[in-house]
Amino acid sequence: MGTAPASKDVAILEIANLSLSFGGVQALMDISLEVKQGEVLAIIGPNGAGKTSLLNCMNGFYRAQQGDISFQGKGISKMPSHKIAELGIARTFQQIELYTHLSAQDNLMAGRHIHFKSGMLDGALYFGKAHREEIEHRKAVENIIDLFDMEAIRKKVVGFLPYGQRKLVELGRAVVMEPKLLLLDEPMAGMNVEEKEDMARFILDIWELKGTTIVLIEHDMGVVMDIADRIVVLDFGRKIAEGTPQEIQTNPAVISAYLGQE
Amino acid sequence: MHNPCGVFNETYEQDLAIFRTKTQWGLLIGAIIIAFTFPLFLNSYILGVLIQIFATIIILHGLNILTGYCGQISLAQAAFAAVGGYTSALLSEWALGAALPEWFPGIFNFWITVPIAGLTAGAIGVLFGIPALRLRGFYLVMATLAAHFIIIYIIVHTIGTQAQTLPAPHLFGLLLNNSQSYYYVVLVALIALSYVAKNLVRTRFGRAWIAIRDNDLAAEVMGISLFRYKLSAFFIGCLFAGLGGALWAHYTRSITPEYYHLTYGLWYLGYIIVGGMGSALGPFFGASFLIILTQGLAEVISALSGTFYGIESYLSAAREVLFGLVVVLFMILEPRGIAHRWNLFKAYYRLFPYAH
Repeated sequence: MGTAPASKDVAILEIANLSLSFGGVQALMDISLEVKQGEVLAIIGPNGAGKTSLLNCMNGFYRAQQGDISFQGKGISKMPSHKIAELGIARTFQQIELYTHLSAQDNLMAGRHIHFKSGMLDGALYFGKAHREEIEHRKAVENIIDLFDMEAIRKKVVGFLPYGQRKLVELGRAVVMEPKLLLLDEPMAGMNVEEKEDMARFILDIWELKGTTIVLIEHDMGVVMDIADRIVVLDFGRKIAEGTPQEIQTNPAVISAYLGQE
Repeated sequence: MHNPCGVFNETYEQDLAIFRTKTQWGLLIGAIIIAFTFPLFLNSYILGVLIQIFATIIILHGLNILTGYCGQISLAQAAFAAVGGYTSALLSEWALGAALPEWFPGIFNFWITVPIAGLTAGAIGVLFGIPALRLRGFYLVMATLAAHFIIIYIIVHTIGTQAQTLPAPHLFGLLLNNSQSYYYVVLVALIALSYVAKNLVRTRFGRAWIAIRDNDLAAEVMGISLFRYKLSAFFIGCLFAGLGGALWAHYTRSITPEYYHLTYGLWYLGYIIVGGMGSALGPFFGASFLIILTQGLAEVISALSGTFYGIESYLSAAREVLFGLVVVLFMILEPRGIAHRWNLFKAYYRLFPYAH
């Protein structure tokens, strides 16, 4: 692991007393945590612990009944998802959610959406502003294609790509948005060891080159212990532990959540 | 999109070009020149069919953006064409009848009322697009069906079912009141609006619309406002419907609500299914193929009626039957429409005589 770029002890995202329930099911209970600028924070926990629900609250996909979320000091718990994206939070999904009929390159171009300035009339006439903008953003897209070794699949329609490559396109689409905070929901699920190593390398590349703060959910403990600066453990909607990988490995509450008690 | 063998894109400009090689440009310019010479040797009947095809393509560009690119299925396209036709008719009538200063009537002529008709249809389209923010798929289809009936109801009960007449356009002192001259108006409008439609779908708005069609959840999370972009798709879709409807109305010079029956709204959907949804060429293929097919059938039937007395009454529904059959066959055999076949043909031609 490298040294954290621009690692300050400043919180980029603060969650305070967050509670979320679906009818009678309490998905999240009184969760408070901070994501620090420039860190890689892993959220782990057994199945159904509320990890994805927590991520969904962070980007406005779920509305928590109680509690507050603030991003760089700005309250975002009432904001619609697309506004949160404009503030600089991007994410990937556990089940891949791509624009199936577009090529990999166009998926990434669509990921640049928030950086486009031209209006409908510019687009309709095309000459001038819209054309310049297409080229300018195409360059940003090509940088990511280069970084993730996607040259060969650039023009392929993503619906027909194999699983691992679709996962990569989705990561690319989130990164090309140039977010300040990147939320990754099980980026390595269903991958073999080699693909996981590639993915871990790409995630660390983003973190190192772009200084993006990363929150990731992952089940592979080897990966989590290797790349995370800090770990938050959830169990049945509660936060049961928080700390460095070393602290988490020896935490009795975590061990009992994963392995049961004697 | 593939280039011919040996042609490589070395700049982003080349990669973004619609017409990449000199041959492609040559074919385009040649086709446009040939289209401009049609009135010199074709008769009024064939020119009338061509005007109908062109106006239909303009309407279909709108439906293609709304349904093919943005995924919002609409049955109300004929009603929005009616909004366009009636807006232009009423504005022209008002400008003729009202006691206006000497210089004023000249302003509300064809060249002004048609764009206003388009914008009015677009604005009303946005209004009826609001339910799309909450409704999807089948439920949205029902909402647009309701939109069709509401619009036609309002037209029937405020303007009436009597024929509404429209003036022919003037240009530099010429009265464009026959097929030969009006053909040029529609042809120029078609070329300009096709260019606009293609540009819209290959830039920011087009990608946002496709994103919403393919995965609205991811689109919202990636910063695309569903509210803004669904309504913009309705605006553009209905704007094209209004323009096409008004252009067609100024050709027939007399419209009634029957001209915009629900059947046409359904036919428009059929046209883009056959032509190829979500392809800029789809409207061209769909409208040309089906209108020529159904007009040809009508010709055959009328030719036979001399020999077989009364055949017309037996085959009065033949057009609809043939149309339905073609749409069903396309949905089974080639759901991506003629545009997809065209791409396959081009790929085949590019590699001929090799398979790969």
